[in-house]
Amino acid sequence: MTGSENTAPESRSARVLREIASGGVALTVLSVILAFVIGGILIAATDPTVQQTAGYFFARPTDMLSAVWQSVSGAYASLFRGGVYDFTAPDFQGGIVSLLSSLNYATPLIAAGLGIAIGFRTGVFNIGGQGQMLIGATAAGWVGFALPLPAGIHLIVAIIAGLLGGMVWAGIVGLLKARTGAHEVIVTIMMNYIALYLLQFLLHTPVLRAPGSQNPQTPAEKPTALLFSVFGPNYDLSFGFVLVVAATIGCWWLLSRSSLGFKLRAVGENPRAARVAGINVNRTIVYAMALSGLLVGLAGVYQVLGQNTTGFGSDIDAGIGFNAITVTLLGRSRPWGVFAAGIVFGILQAGSNTMQVAQGVDIDIVTVIQSIIVLFIAAPPLVRAIFRLPAPGSRPRAARSKKVAEAK
Amino acid sequence: MKLELQGITKTFGALVANDHIDLEVEPGEIHCLLGENGAGKSTLMNILYGLYQADGGTILLDGTAQHFAGPGDAMRAGIGMVHQHFMLIPVFTVAENVMLGHEQAKLGFLDLPAARAKVREISARFGFDVDPDALVEDLPVGVQQRVEIIKALSRNAQVLVFDEPTAVLTPQETDELMAIMRQLKEAGTAIVFITHKLREVREVADRITVIRLGKVVGEASPTATNSELASLMVGRSVELTVEKSGSVSGGHALTVDHVTVIDARGQVVVDDVSFEVQAGEILAIAGVQGNGQTELTEAILGLEEHVTGGIHLDGLDLRQLSMRKILDAGVGFVPEDRQEDALVPEFTIAENLMLDRSDGEPFVKRGTLQLGYLRSFAADKVKEFDVRTQGIDTLVGRLSGGNQQKVVLARELSRELRLFVAAQPTRGLDVGSIEFVHERIVATRDAGVPVIVISTELDEVVALADRIAVMYRGRIVGIVPGDTPRDVLGLMMAGEVPHGTEVAA
Amino acid sequence: MTTATTSPGATAPAVHTDAQLLERSWKVPIGLGVFALVAIILFVVLGRDGQSVFSFTASNANAVQLPTLPLGARATGIVVSVIAVLMAAGAAVLVQRRVHVPLWYVAIYTLTLVIGFLVWTTTGNTLHITGLLVGSLALSAPLIFGALGGVISERVGVTNVAIEGQLLAGAFVSAVTASVTGSLVAGVIAAMVAGVLVSFVLGAFAVKYAVNQVIVGIVLNVLVLGLTTFLYQTVLVNNQTTLNTPPRFHNIDIPLLSQIPVIGPLLFSQTVIVYLMYIAVIAIFVGLFRTRWGLRLRAVGEHPQAADTVGINVARTRFWNVALAGAIVGLGGAYFTLGSVGPFSQNMTNGNGFIALAAVIFGRWDPIRATLAALLFGFASNLQSVISILGSPVPNDFLLMLPYVVTIFAVAGVVGRVRGPAAAGRPYVKS
Repeated sequence: MTGSENTAPESRSARVLREIASGGVALTVLSVILAFVIGGILIAATDPTVQQTAGYFFARPTDMLSAVWQSVSGAYASLFRGGVYDFTAPDFQGGIVSLLSSLNYATPLIAAGLGIAIGFRTGVFNIGGQGQMLIGATAAGWVGFALPLPAGIHLIVAIIAGLLGGMVWAGIVGLLKARTGAHEVIVTIMMNYIALYLLQFLLHTPVLRAPGSQNPQTPAEKPTALLFSVFGPNYDLSFGFVLVVAATIGCWWLLSRSSLGFKLRAVGENPRAARVAGINVNRTIVYAMALSGLLVGLAGVYQVLGQNTTGFGSDIDAGIGFNAITVTLLGRSRPWGVFAAGIVFGILQAGSNTMQVAQGVDIDIVTVIQSIIVLFIAAPPLVRAIFRLPAPGSRPRAARSKKVAEAK
Repeated sequence: MKLELQGITKTFGALVANDHIDLEVEPGEIHCLLGENGAGKSTLMNILYGLYQADGGTILLDGTAQHFAGPGDAMRAGIGMVHQHFMLIPVFTVAENVMLGHEQAKLGFLDLPAARAKVREISARFGFDVDPDALVEDLPVGVQQRVEIIKALSRNAQVLVFDEPTAVLTPQETDELMAIMRQLKEAGTAIVFITHKLREVREVADRITVIRLGKVVGEASPTATNSELASLMVGRSVELTVEKSGSVSGGHALTVDHVTVIDARGQVVVDDVSFEVQAGEILAIAGVQGNGQTELTEAILGLEEHVTGGIHLDGLDLRQLSMRKILDAGVGFVPEDRQEDALVPEFTIAENLMLDRSDGEPFVKRGTLQLGYLRSFAADKVKEFDVRTQGIDTLVGRLSGGNQQKVVLARELSRELRLFVAAQPTRGLDVGSIEFVHERIVATRDAGVPVIVISTELDEVVALADRIAVMYRGRIVGIVPGDTPRDVLGLMMAGEVPHGTEVAA
Repeated sequence: MTTATTSPGATAPAVHTDAQLLERSWKVPIGLGVFALVAIILFVVLGRDGQSVFSFTASNANAVQLPTLPLGARATGIVVSVIAVLMAAGAAVLVQRRVHVPLWYVAIYTLTLVIGFLVWTTTGNTLHITGLLVGSLALSAPLIFGALGGVISERVGVTNVAIEGQLLAGAFVSAVTASVTGSLVAGVIAAMVAGVLVSFVLGAFAVKYAVNQVIVGIVLNVLVLGLTTFLYQTVLVNNQTTLNTPPRFHNIDIPLLSQIPVIGPLLFSQTVIVYLMYIAVIAIFVGLFRTRWGLRLRAVGEHPQAADTVGINVARTRFWNVALAGAIVGLGGAYFTLGSVGPFSQNMTNGNGFIALAAVIFGRWDPIRATLAALLFGFASNLQSVISILGSPVPNDFLLMLPYVVTIFAVAGVVGRVRGPAAAGRPYVKS
């Protein structure tokens, strides 16, 4: 699932060309189109007007067809309005609010997606995003509401606490894998639930529960710990987004410019050769998991200090831990790919709110579209079969090494 | 049942694994298919067994052409196979393994008593001592092989293929297998025996066909001498010559002292091996594949877990060091399996050139890759080692085998070396690349570095070696001068020490 | 030097295996000892004074009633601790003699500790044992279906993390179908079809396209959750009466058997789905280990190439058995609606699929053990809700955590050796 990344700058155009030629970009675009078509069918089929007009389809087919057009185009137009630019707004400020809100939605998705991407590139499967986010959010949130620290320092300490929380939670998994060979998929799933119940427990104790509250909910974060809006109150873009841009640059640097990233990729692509080349594979896997958890922890930080600042409960992860996996797959585990995929998903999420209000289309249609995109991306032959595209010339790695191994 | 293969051809991409191979096996005959690793024997048998589809040629059984879409067809036609890697389910019992695929059942329930009876019946016929209810994973390897044989016989196989059956057996088990094969032959079974071990061939074969590089290169009778067979098998078609002056001894550099290696399965694979390599000499370790050479090199490089004995390089105890430290101490290593152990196919040439130096200068400073340096370094090395490529950003997986090996050599030889270990450095390469690789190895020796070359190719051993150590079943049979005649080496590779040979320890 | 005719290699493997055996076996007595220590600390050192009353009354009046059983907290604690210490020592003796500690031994030990824990935690209260057990079975039923599906799927070599999605799909489709048709049978069949459809996607991607099975599973969970929530919000919410008011299965008392105290109401006064579950557990256990179907299925999951060489079609075997697994899990999904509450609600499976997955692993891919694991997890979950009402000294979230913690211990090799089907998760690419 992990592609190769050429580090050389001048080869980038060549790489882009090769990818278009080999169908990488085309497949992504086609997958997205297919998913939207299926989403459109769902929207139309569940639209009351469409259902009504379908009753006399053979008498007056245009009624139904126009109803279908109305429902689908209306839904997707409002999706665009809510996610990219509100063309009905009187001024630029009102229009661009949509995009800013999308970027805010994208922030935790990108952060967690980057973390999962680092795991993928090292060949480890971190599906414990939920747990790492919960622990990261708890740590950052606790520092945010419980510690009286001066402005500035407070935010920094809270962020660091959140990053460490995620890192520790994932690091445990890395250690277990390195020490005992315990499969990270199983362990991360289990760690998700352990984190959930740990948080629920703490929410029933004075450690996290807001004084005087009956609900398992923390007190509100102190203002000194909040991720502020970068462009002031009129253009609400959280500082968290800036952090995520920095994280993307950092990941790009890590993976393509650093010694550690080189080792991570070597272990991910060919652990045997990495071992023979003197790289400590087990240690590298622990680092990868820890880094992965650190970035997922950043997503948790954003949730408590940027998104949900009035106190949080055990649903603070908002499903981002799992959605981030789809973001990572869509972004093909490359930092800027994840960044772009995160923004696409952020747009879908922000737009879906408008779509629900304006057109009465339930927001969960977005989840459906997202998962269908990823399913198609995961199986290029399927998309090729649907669009009758030719198969690419190069054979996949698995097939090649097997052939060589057996051709004796 | 008489088996005939006519003009079987099979290609994998550019590689011609089988090139118009003809083979005939009569009932009650043991026909040996002799050839080095990679000669195409297993491919041929996989075609016969329906696992691969041939690109050309026909399979005839008793004169009737057959078309096998899968192993099921081949088995129904009466072909049985004892696979090199046993096709047994470790967590199943013997009876379950034997019945799998042609289960007898009553109302859908397995008729285990019938399966047990079948196992006992066949065991009794051949004098096997096999418990039908034992779990296969608990059985010794030799017994597992008998289960494979029972499996084939329980389907009334009349043509039985043994694919490298002795590779995993102890000497006693091997002798017992030979006896079983004779018994089967008496019972009228047609047997194809695939191997590269000369002693076994001479012991049981009625007829011998030698394959080399996918082609039949000749037939031999069992009365042929070991050296005749060896030369047929490894060939002399390409005369390899390397310009080489006499070695200048620079004193002991590497000492290997009573080294024993036990593999993950608990087998002793290197058995009390001792030798020394001096600075400025090439010690070639010859031997048929699978006699402990791979494990010996891995032990020197710190890649084996269970090693006893001493390995010292210039007084430095290598056994105390990690792989990283051993590399840093100046040991250059060309692993046997290039694709899996030496290169990351999805990395560029440049990245592969720094693969085992990802920790410090000159490629890494303060944790950051020095890409500018890497680019100029890679450009230099691509030129120096004549890697034919479009550029240093080409993925190594897209290079030919020869160019891949040049990348490995370029990486390993551009460090300050105190020892150079090259395992099968020219396997699968074209003649041009072979010459280049050999020249570089000799140049390394001439620079005063002790060199170990592990090779199964006699030509290569003779061309390069100052001294030759021959390994057989984990032990060193003897260490002889580099100009030792081929027939002597051939005998030694079969485990025999010829009389009158000076054995230098 | 001459040709060596003796090879020390012949004797080496035996030594190796012995060492492994020894190492493996000591874990059980150590584990039992640790828990005995915990028992002493909790029940004796931190023991509570007072009485816990065990009541065995059942809601159905048919059953023969038993008297209540008052237990002194501290006395019970001491007795339980002593038994625990003795049994741990006994296990150590067994291992010393190289006898494998049997499963029933560990089961009795666990039961003893559980009783000790119940008395300790409910001191000063009355605990309705029958109610506790009936509730546990109710919570376990979907887990068991999920685990059985998981066992089949993983045994044939396809990692199934989509159990959650299959359960949810089954719950949704069964509720809608039963509401529309008014037929419970139609609802159950529809649930199985829904599970099969999810399996078809999993099977097609995992077997045909050799896509990473975990990825497909995760995405399928998200897809099913999104789809059912979307349809629930857009369609069901506005048409509750027509589309989301399914009939429910009623309990059927089995004559005589249902009158046995405790056991009767627990096992023999249940819905058809639970009776189907009994049949499924036994059928799958027998099927896996005694029939041609099971032999081939396990062969494909352990060593697909070996299965291929004896003429078994690996891809077909995998695809259809994954489909079968989907049908079984889908049936479990129907339990959420038709077997208990009736109408479907958003995300009503709420992670049960992942507990089922944990049960598969903790049960070592064995249908009986996985069922026991699911029962244990269901019990822990129900105990949690019972004692939270009684006001237990133990935070109930830790009981909910239990399945996940023990599973991590299991995969990390702390509790015995866990070895799954050798080829699970790996696509079989024929050359």
